[in-house]
This record gives sequence, structure tokens and C-alpha cells, in this order.
Amino acid sequence: MTVIELRAVTKSYPGGVHALRGVDLSIDPGELLAVVGPSGSGKSTLLNLIGTLDRPTSGTVRVAGHDVGALSDSQLSALRARHIGFVFQHFHLSPGRDAVDNVADGLLYAGVPLKERRVRARLALEQVRLGHRLSHRPHELSGGEKQRVAIARALVGEPDLLLADEPTGALDTASGRIVMELLHELHATGTTICVITHDQEIAAALPRHIRVRDGAVVSDRRSVEAAS
Amino acid sequence: MTGSALQPARLAGADILRIGAVGLRARRARVVLSALGIAIGIATMVAVVGLSTSSRADLMGRLDRLGTNLLTAEAGKDALGQDVKLPKNAEPMVERIGPVQQATAIGQLDTRIRRSDVVPEDQPAGVTAQAARTDLLTTLNASTAKGRWLDRASERLPVTVLGAVAAERLGITGPGEKIMMNNRYVVVIGILRPVELVPNLDRVALIGFPAAERYLGFDGHPTTVFERSPDASVEDVRAVLARTVMPGSEGSVKVSRPSDALAAKAAADQGLTSLMLGLGAVALLVGGVGVANTMVISVLERRQEIGLRRALGATKGAIRLQFVTESLLLSALGGAAGAALGAAATSTFAMAQGWEVVIPLWSLGGGLAATLLIGILAGLYPAIRASGLHPTVALHAT
Ligand SMILES: Nc1ncnc2c1ncn2[C@@H]1O[C@H](COP(=O)(O)OP(=O)(O)OP(=O)(O)O)[C@@H](O)[C@H]1O
Ligand SMILES: [Mg+2]
Repeated sequence: MTVIELRAVTKSYPGGVHALRGVDLSIDPGELLAVVGPSGSGKSTLLNLIGTLDRPTSGTVRVAGHDVGALSDSQLSALRARHIGFVFQHFHLSPGRDAVDNVADGLLYAGVPLKERRVRARLALEQVRLGHRLSHRPHELSGGEKQRVAIARALVGEPDLLLADEPTGALDTASGRIVMELLHELHATGTTICVITHDQEIAAALPRHIRVRDGAVVSDRRSVEAAS
Repeated sequence: MTGSALQPARLAGADILRIGAVGLRARRARVVLSALGIAIGIATMVAVVGLSTSSRADLMGRLDRLGTNLLTAEAGKDALGQDVKLPKNAEPMVERIGPVQQATAIGQLDTRIRRSDVVPEDQPAGVTAQAARTDLLTTLNASTAKGRWLDRASERLPVTVLGAVAAERLGITGPGEKIMMNNRYVVVIGILRPVELVPNLDRVALIGFPAAERYLGFDGHPTTVFERSPDASVEDVRAVLARTVMPGSEGSVKVSRPSDALAAKAAADQGLTSLMLGLGAVALLVGGVGVANTMVISVLERRQEIGLRRALGATKGAIRLQFVTESLLLSALGGAAGAALGAAATSTFAMAQGWEVVIPLWSLGGGLAATLLIGILAGLYPAIRASGLHPTVALHAT
């Protein structure tokens, strides 16, 4: 069974912008893939469709077995709350609240009680090796640490799918490397991960490699050796 | 997993409050300022209602204590504009009206009153003299602040009891001192407390009927008769009082109920109360607009947070709820502060007036309900805008 399945997906924006022009894509459980391509090629658009934040203009998107087109807005919300974790380039942490509370928010809309949210948030922070920064607030963390908090928030709900849109885009090389190490570790524990990146080196290190140009997938390669 | 119904989880009540408070905690100064309008509105309304209730309660208490069953019949002028005199037996005639329980009288004296013979006669002290019956005090529910009231013996002697204002104007501080009535020194034996039902008596020097006749050339005709009857009979007595006092020329007798004057004062205050309530309502409205404004700005500033929450799985409803809750908390904060402020102002002012503090529960409850209503109304539009934001657009806003 596939986690993600896109069939002939297009996405147009008003004004005649065709961000995606017929994309077919399947992602199996446990995959770790990179989406690369020039700026404006439709990578983020693709990720938003996969993450159910947006609906395709035509074609079908299936996530964890659900046809996105057939779900209501609140059903999509529930789908995101339970099956999908997001990591963004700019972290989007809540200022003034500590790392534990920020991570616990990852479980808020899945109906997990506060106490359990906090316990699981601590575990997730330890998993991203921030056990020593539990009560730090965002402004007391480095960029790399902020992104690790954001990753903890994405993984605390144990999603079937983790989507990261240029997670290292705002980080220096060293911090970016730590973030990628974490994603590899998560992948090793079985999480399905999809990463958008501009960094050829990062992309090359991932087992599957999708190149997008002008709204279409132009290559889809699996490299056996990169997995190790 | 396939086919399993996707049902968004319900947020726990505590979580709803917690999420609603997030935005407030991050912007404390703005919260205080925008809650201020509501606080002022609620404080005004609670204080106005509290004060008018306290003052009315005080008035009711006073009326209760003083009784509302006192009637006065006062000699006025006849058809030709001449002063009329009540007959000497006016009191016994009034006492003969069935329901009347007690009757008493005073008689206007044409007497000049001075502090001493050093003061020239043409410098009036603003104090007049009245002859009084010994049962005047009990009938009026009045009492002495110092010294004694007139009794069977002293009503025949050249002694006087002063009203509170009269004593002050003459500079008399206690019994034993003397004043001049016409050209004769008279000993002050007592000073009255303010007579609430008949404030005119505060500016008067009172002397017994027999003494007035003997020493001050009084003709013995009363000018005002006071009577009390059971509450239920007051109107009946009122109907016959003038005729009884002055058979044949009842038109020249003015009958009144002194407690009506006190009640009229309360009614006059009512107008002011309504005006203040109106002002409070305006303040509340302005406060509500302030809250709405704050909420609109808050939504604009927090598009990314909204996008993130949508990505984390918040439904549109959850976003709406978050902002309505935030607005509710904001105005409830103002409302609570306002209610406390209003209650404190009422207590302080009422205590300074010597009133019992009465803050009606309905005014607090009404204030709270008004705040909650305003909170919801002010938050609804911003909340709907927030929930309508497209998740990807919100996330991309930088
Ligand atoms: N909300 C929108 N309305 C209109 N056009 C849009 C919208 N979002 C994206 N686009 C357009 O769709 C195209 C694809 O955008 P997308 O954000 O997917 O590119 P990208 O590959 O992620 O680029 P980058 O690497 O710069 O992030 C672009 O031409 C963009 O201008
Ligand atoms: Mg992009």
C-alpha cells in the first residue's frame, strides 16, 4: 500500500499560472525522498497538495488511503492532525512559549490530553537531542535548535508522513547537517519523509530523488548506495 | 486505516481557554489598553446602579424609620391674601378624626432672635421662633442632640430648644448658653438633631406654647398641625384634614405629606441615574469596538500562526473558536476589572455618605452578560476572517 498517490494532478492559480501540469507520483511507506528543481518549478505546490493543505485543480490525490478530493475541510484537518507532520523553512514556532509547549502543540488537534502531550513532547525533544533545552523559548534557541524543535513538533504525533519544505534553507551548513542527520534517523525508525531542497549535496544523499521542472516531474531516480 | 472515518478531535474546554489565552499573553500592553474601554463602561454602570440602589435603600430605610404617615396642615392665606390663623383648638379637633393617633402643633412667632444684646437688632441671625407643643418631638420622630426637650414644666418657662442649623447660626454649642428673644435673654436647654421630615424646623428656636404666650406676646393660634394615623388611613385623613382644621375655609389650609418630598428627591435622582447609565453604555460600546479592532489586527498579524495551526490539524471551527475565545477573554478581563472597580467606587462613595452599601447582583450579572455578548460580537467577524484564511497563503505570508 502507498502512503501517497498522485494521479494526473494539476494545479492552476488564477491568472493562468499552471504550477503543476499532470503529476503522477507514488510514495511507499518508509521512503525518504528529495524533491528538487529550480525556483518556481512547483515543489512547494506539490508538497502542499501531498500535505492536504491545498486541493488539486484536477487529478486525484490519495493520502493514507483517503481520496483528498472526497473529504471535507474538517476531515482534511483530521487527516493532517493524525497522519501528517510538517517542517517549514522558517520554523513557525510560537514565541514566548517554551520548547515543550511548542512541541506539545503538535498533538493539540489530535485530541491528546495536556499531560500526555507534554510527556510525549519531552520524549520527542530528546529524540532530536534537545533534552537540555526543554524550557527554552524560541528566542533563546539557535536557528538549528529551532528547526529541531519544529521537527520534534512534526514527529511527536508519529505521523505516517513527514513533509519538510526546505528545512535547511534558513540554516548554516553545520546546523543543516544536524537537521538532515535527524531526518535520516527518523527514516531509519520507519517514518516516511519527503524533503524539498535546493542543496544538491543533501538531495544526493537521499535514497529517492524527484526532479521537478515547470510543474512536471522530469526524473525520478532511486539510488541504492545513497540509502546507506 | 483505509476507510476509517476521519473525525476531527474535540478540543477540551481547558485547551480552548489555553489556546485563546496564547494571543493575549504575548501582547499584554495591548490587552490592558483594549480591555480598558470595557472596564470603564462596566465600572460606570455597576457604580451608577450601586450608588442609586444604595441611596434609595438609604432613603427607604429613613422613610421606614421616620414613617410615611405624617401629614401637616399649614395655615396659608385667605382669598384676600391675608394670613389666616388656625383656631386654637385645631389640634383636639384633628385628634377627633377617627384614625388619627397623635396630633401636635407649632405656632409661628413674630420674634427677633439675636445671639446677645451686643448684636444690633437689625442684623437678623436667620433664625425664627416657633411655639411648640411638648409632643412635637415624638410625633416627628425627631430627637435632641444635646440637652433636653420641652416638658410640662419647661414649656412654661422662658427656655428654648434650638434646631441644628439655628444653633450653628447663633454659635450655641450646648445647653446652658443664652440667646435673646426680642429683648429678653432665654436659656437654651437643648439642641435638636436635624429633623429629616421637616427640615424647616432646623432653623428655628422652639419655645413652649404657654411661655410664648406669657413672655413673647403669642396669641396661642397654631400655624401648622402635624398628625399621624395608620398607613392605611392616611388618604382618608388627608381628605378631611383641611376641613377639620378650618371648617368653612379649608381652601386656605395647605395639607402635605412630608415624606413625599423625600421620595420626590429620589425620583429626581433617577433621571441622573439614567443619564449615567447611558454614558456607561456608550463607553461599553466604544470598548467593544476597541476589542473588535484589536482582534482584527491580531488576526492580520498572526496569519502564519493560523496557517501553522491549520497544518497541525486545526479545523476552521477550531480557528474560529480560538479567536472568539480570545475576544471573550479580552472583554471578560475588562468586565471583571470594571465590575471590581465599580463595586469599589460604590462602596467608597456610599460609605462616605454613611449609606449601607448595596450592589445588586443583577447589575454584576448584567455587566458580565454584556461583556460576554460584546466579546462574542467583537470576536465573530475577526474569527470568521481568520478561519477563512487559506492554509498555504497564511503559511507563505512573511
Ligand atoms: N497562491 C498562489 N497564487 C498564484 N500563483 C502561485 C501561488 N502559489 C504559487 N504560485 C506560482 O506557482 C508556481 C510554483 O510555485 P511554488 O511555490 O510551488 O514553487 P517552488 O518550486 O516551491 O519555488 P521555490 O523553490 O522558489 O520555493 C510559481 O510560478 C508561483 O509563482
Ligand atoms: Mg517553495
